[in-house]
Order: sequence, then C-alpha cells, then structure tokens
Amino acid sequence: MSEQLTLLPGYLTAHLQLALVALLIGAGFSIPMGIWVAGRPRAQRGALALASVIQTIPSLALLAMMVPTLAAVGAVTARLFGLELTSIGYLPAIIGLTLYSILPMLRNTVTGIAGVDPALVEAARGVGMTPRQRLRLVQLPLALPVIVAGIRTATVWVVGIATLSTPVGAASLGNYIFSGLQTRNFAAVMVGCVAAATLALILDGLVHMLEIGAQERRRSLIATALTLLGGLYAYTGVTLAADWLDRGQPRVAIGAKTFTEQYILSELMAFQIERTTGLATEVVQSLGSTVAFDALRAGALDVYVDYSGTIWATIMERDRVPEDPSAVLTEVGEYLAREHGITMVGALGFENAYALAMRNDHAERLHLNSISALVPHAGSFIIAGDYEFFGRPEWRGLQETYGLDFAEQRSMDSSLMYQAVAGHQVDVISAFSTDGRIAALELRVLEDDRGAIPPYDAIILASGRLVEEAPQAVQALKALLGTIDAATMRRLNGTVDQDGKSPRAVARGFLEPSTAPHTSRSAPADTSGSAPPPLP
Amino acid sequence: MIELVQLTKQFGETTAVDQLSLTVARGELLVLLGGSGCGKTTTLKMINRLIEPSAGEILIDGRSATAIPAYELRRRIGYCFQQVGLFPHMTVGENIAITPALLGWDRDRVAARVETLLELVELPPATFRDRWPRELSGGQQQRVGVARALAAEPELLLLDEPFGALDPLTRDRLQQSFRTIRAQLGLTAVFVTHDMVEALILADQIAVMHDGRLVQLGTPSELMQHPADDYVRELMATPLRQAETVEALTRESP
Ligand SMILES: Nc1ncnc2c1ncn2[C@@H]1O[C@H](COP(=O)(O)OP(=O)(O)O)[C@@H](O)[C@H]1O
Ligand SMILES: [Mg+2]
Repeated sequence: MSEQLTLLPGYLTAHLQLALVALLIGAGFSIPMGIWVAGRPRAQRGALALASVIQTIPSLALLAMMVPTLAAVGAVTARLFGLELTSIGYLPAIIGLTLYSILPMLRNTVTGIAGVDPALVEAARGVGMTPRQRLRLVQLPLALPVIVAGIRTATVWVVGIATLSTPVGAASLGNYIFSGLQTRNFAAVMVGCVAAATLALILDGLVHMLEIGAQERRRSLIATALTLLGGLYAYTGVTLAADWLDRGQPRVAIGAKTFTEQYILSELMAFQIERTTGLATEVVQSLGSTVAFDALRAGALDVYVDYSGTIWATIMERDRVPEDPSAVLTEVGEYLAREHGITMVGALGFENAYALAMRNDHAERLHLNSISALVPHAGSFIIAGDYEFFGRPEWRGLQETYGLDFAEQRSMDSSLMYQAVAGHQVDVISAFSTDGRIAALELRVLEDDRGAIPPYDAIILASGRLVEEAPQAVQALKALLGTIDAATMRRLNGTVDQDGKSPRAVARGFLEPSTAPHTSRSAPADTSGSAPPPLP
Repeated sequence: MIELVQLTKQFGETTAVDQLSLTVARGELLVLLGGSGCGKTTTLKMINRLIEPSAGEILIDGRSATAIPAYELRRRIGYCFQQVGLFPHMTVGENIAITPALLGWDRDRVAARVETLLELVELPPATFRDRWPRELSGGQQQRVGVARALAAEPELLLLDEPFGALDPLTRDRLQQSFRTIRAQLGLTAVFVTHDMVEALILADQIAVMHDGRLVQLGTPSELMQHPADDYVRELMATPLRQAETVEALTRESP
C-alpha cells in the first residue's frame, strides 16, 4: 500500500493536468457555443446532434481512436508545416476528454437559456436592454443554475473518464486501475478508484460552492471557491509548464501493453538502456495493443515488446501458419522494416502464445491434452476470451482448422478470465502461455496439435528514429536477446502477480541480482535452476 | 405627441390590430378600453416596438419611432407590463434601477431615485429596497412594476393594466396618487384597462377598441353622451347599472 501511495502525487498531478485542462477547454468552447446557438434553431439542432453522437461513442474507444487519427493528421501537418504531433500521451487524451465534456455543458447552456421565462426576456427588452445586455444581465444569470448543473456533470464525467487516458499513453489515476487489475494488486486498484472519486467530489463541490455563492451573493464563499479552484489551476499550469520545459531533453520512450509481462519487460529495457548508455528513459504504461504499434510507427514511442504471431495475424493479416513456423519470425522482421520502417531488434528467448487452457482436474477427468481432443466436448462448453481474442485471426484459424464450435463465447477482462475458469464459471479460456496464473491456479494448456496458432516469439521492436539517433540504445537492448526463457518469464510474472512485487523492482533484480529486493521463496518457479544468465 | 397611423398587426390569420389611427397630445392620458383579446396589449407593445407592426406607422413628437434603435426608444418610454415581469434575480431596488443604470446615471442619483419612487408607490424603502420580488405580494409587485416604468423620468408612459392585481382600497389610493404624479410630472400616458370605472377616473381621452378596430375616440363625457354604437353604449352603461344594483341591494337589506 505505501509503495502505491508514493506514486499518488505523480498520478494525481497527471490526472489534474488532464481533467482540469479538458474541462477548461470544453467549457470555453461549449458555453459560448451554447449561447450562440440558443437563438438559432437549426444550428442548435446540428450542434446538439453532433455532441450527442460524440457522447454515444464509448469513452475508451473515443480516446483510443484519437491515436491513429492524430498520427494521420500529424503526418499531414508534418509535411505541410513541419509540425509533428505526438499521437500518444497527453494530446490524444486531452482531445478525447474535451470532446466528451462538450455535451453536458452545451446542452445545459442551450436548455438553460431556452428555459428563461419569455415574459422576462420581453421585460428585458422593454426596459431598454440591448441584445448583449439582455444576455448578460437577464438570460445568463437566470440560466446559471442549469448551466452550472451541466458543468458539474461534465466535471464528474471527465474526472472519471480521465482514468481511461492510461491506455493511450497519458499517465493518470487510471495507471493504478489498469496495472492493478492486471497484476492482481487490488490495493492499487482501490487507491486509484478512491483517489479519482475523491477528486471528482472535491471539484464538483467547488463548482457547487461557486454556484451557491453566486446565487446567494455570498462574496466570501465565491472568494473561497475561486481561490481553491484557482490554486488547482495554477498548480496544474505550473506543472504542465515544467513538463513542457523538461521535454527539451531527449528521452527514450518505452511502451508497455496492459499486462504484467509487458510492465516487467518495459522496466527491464528502460533500466538496461539507462545503466549502459546513460540515456534518460520514460516508460509509458498500459497502452492498448494497437495503440503501441501505431505509436511506434508514428515515432511517438521508441521501443516496446510485441509478439511475432500478433504482428503476423493482426498487422499483416495472415491467417495461415506456414509449414515451417520459424519462417514467421523472419518474415515479420522483413515486413516491419519494409512497410513501417520499424527495426526488429530480435527475440528475447521466450514465446507468449495464445493458448487454450482449462482446469487441470477437469481436463484430467475428460482425458484432454490437445485441442483436437477438445472438439467433441466444445458443444457443451463455455469459452472465455479477452476483449481482442474473438476478433482476432488466430480465433478464426482455430475454428477453421479444428471445426471448433462452443456452446457460448464470453469476452471479459483478461484479469478476470483466469478466475472465471478456476471458479467453474467457464470451461475453457484463451490464456497466455507465460502467465503465472496457469501454474498458480492449476490450469492445463491444451496442445495445438494441428499447428493453427502461429508462434509468438517476444520481440523487441525499435523505431527508425531510435536506430538512427541512439544506436547505442539499440546495442544495449541487443544484450537482452535470448536471455529470458519461458520459465524465467513465468517466474518473473509470478513474482509480480502472486508475491506483489512491483514490476520495476523485479526488472532491476533480474538485471542486477545483488541489488534485488529479497524475493519470496514461495515464488512458483523459483526452484528451477534457471537463474538469469549474467549479462555482458 | 404620439400619433398612430393606420397601425395594423397580423399574427398569421388573426388580425390583432386593424388600421388603428389615433393621436395622444402631450400631457394627456389616453385609456385603451375594450374586452379581453381586442388588441390593447398588442397596440401598446407596438408603440415601444416590442412588437413590430405589419403595416402603418408610429410617430413620436413627429418623428418615426424607427428613427432610433429600439433599445434607445425603450429607455425613453416607461413600460409597465401586464404580467409585471420583475427580474427574480434582482432585488426590488435593482429592478427599479435598471433603466437609469442603462442610461449611465451615477450611483447616487440612481439610489436617490429608487428611494423617491418606492415612497411614491407606498413601499417604504427601508423595508422593501433589498427584498427579492418573490417576497412580495402580487399587488406589491405591481407597484414595483409601476416604479420601474417611472424610474428613468420618461416623458411617455405605457401601462398595461397596472392596477389589475390590487385590492379595491389600494387600487383606489394608487389611482389617486397616480393622477397626482402624472399631473406633477406632466406625463403623457397610454393606459390599458378593461375596467370602466378606472377608465372614467383616469382618462382624458378614451379609445374604445373592439376586435382590433377603434370603435370610438373621445372624452369620457363625449362617450357617455354620444356613444358611437351599441357596444360603446353598453360599455358606458355598466358602471351606472352596477351602482344601481349596489344601491338596490343596500336598500333591501336592513
Ligand atoms: N404573439 C402572438 N401570436 C399570435 N397571436 C397573438 C399574439 N399576441 C396576441 N395575439 C392575438 O391577438 C389578439 C389580441 O391580443 P392582445 O393584444 O393581447 O389583446 P388584449 O391585450 O386586448 O387582451 C388576440 O386574439 C390574441 O390571441
Ligand atoms: Mg392584454
């Protein structure tokens, strides 16, 4: 818990930087816009329809969509004006959050103004007010409670949804939630949720205080609320400026997708680069799967670990596995260099494949070892997969190769999937072969006896920029190739997932065993003699 | 001072005001009299351009009302609304002070004016200036409405049934004090009512309207003695008939 709390100031600041700025821009746009369209029925209908459409896009998707959109726009602006946009991190998050904040504030401004008694609007004309004075002295003050209600709704939404900035590479309180769920660190999840909820309540309370102060004309209340809000904004502004200045010095940006192994490997690569080259690094956690690839291609990320089969299936869109599976790795490397200017540094030495797994006792009872043997039972089984699985070519490949047809398919968060199968909720899951939970929860991986699933060698991918500008970093990474076998990876994952060590501590311990924090003896694969080989 | 020339207003199919022509001399009070829906409010609102006429013209001191921006025109004309229309987010004092403030009067002058007007409409300033409109009775609100219309010392006053919501005694008192104020300030006014007695007490001239048209224009006694048609005759007869009824009733009861 205390380790989690030391991360709080950083995540909280990042969260404020997202929420407060998005709300400010959102309000600065929506409220004037609402005022402008209030007297224009056509514009009003158009604006509200557009805002509603934005609102119906699920927030996670809206944020994730900003990444490829920005990459595409950035490619154009770079060519035209030499302006490069970073497609992951703060920018896509702030755009997505701002878009999300529009509807409540726009709608409430419009309805607030429309709801003012027409007799009072006429009275305002009658006493000699100009349209502008009428708006300022009568319509806006009378619409204020409704407009403020919109601001408060937007505040609560944006603070909540800002937690979803994590997968597009912007740190937020969501880092607690995403990494906590994946690494089974529920203290982290709690800290993230409680902090986000508290922040939402505080900001909502401050806006409410301002409203009451304005309505009851209590200057002291207005002053207090303004001071507190102003203070938060000033703090946010100062930290943003500091971050901006800090951007001047180059850093190697290292990505991690949303699972334990990725957190460990990103820390591992960061530490390796730092200790051998002295270059500064930055780890961008919990990226969505395609977000990481898009960011690397666009140069917003320098390094991350992907899997040959994933590139093969999702990026190259190949659904047949070649006769010789080792050809996949070579082809992937050539393809990435040719099509995307990405360098495949090499394979780390283990595979993390999609695999079908079930409870050991269940498989034992039915004498199941392979997927072929599973086929006759599939009609009465429920299978659970992560969000991606049922949309991926590997799943189609499995279905076609084996003629698999399950009674029911369920998509769920991968962190819950393992619990679901262990708890008899489902029969089969799409597991990852290196996951520590396979051993911990006594699951069995079914053999892909007809070779439907491509190999998933973990490979380090580097951007063209890194290869060009910091070849020493790529050199440092090469030293990691072939040093992590499947057993080692499972052990490291287990140290995080079961023993509650932080990915960073585990990564450092792996590279410099002498400085390693004392690792628990109960780590599942610790007995295997596969201690990490010393690195050059 | 005011001249309405062939003034017409159509709302879609209905003709609310139909080719209305009349003149109000400076310092005179004209009562617009007629049943509900006959076009009185519409006529009044056209004078300060809250409603733009479909046809016809309004001349104020010989100049077209459209010669200056509508908001400037309205600052020079006091208007008292039928539904009062006090701003709920402003205190009584602030409501009265609006037009003077819009005209850029200095603070002290505005404050003094608010004080005078509250006394005039019999609402002690100390008690009422800082109250919210919602804390007043209907009649008190109407009096604030009258004060607001008078605030910027207009030469022309338009009043739409301003004493409608008052109890008989207060109404009587305010009618009397309104006569006095008007005489003192030499105000020109157009006063809408459907109350015959009120019309007779206040009017220099009465314009009787029916279905958007002007039926007759004249002094109260002219109307009494030479009603133009049966409608006017009927209308003029009501106060006397009511008085007779009252007398008869009081005679019967011991
Ligand atoms: N904004 C409007 N739209 C349509 N019809 C209206 C409007 N205002 C008034 N009218 C119609 O015009 C006629 C005159 O209304 P009004 O001047 O308010 O009458 P009065 O004040 O004499 O009771 C009525 O038939 C009324 O329904
Ligand atoms: Mg009326």
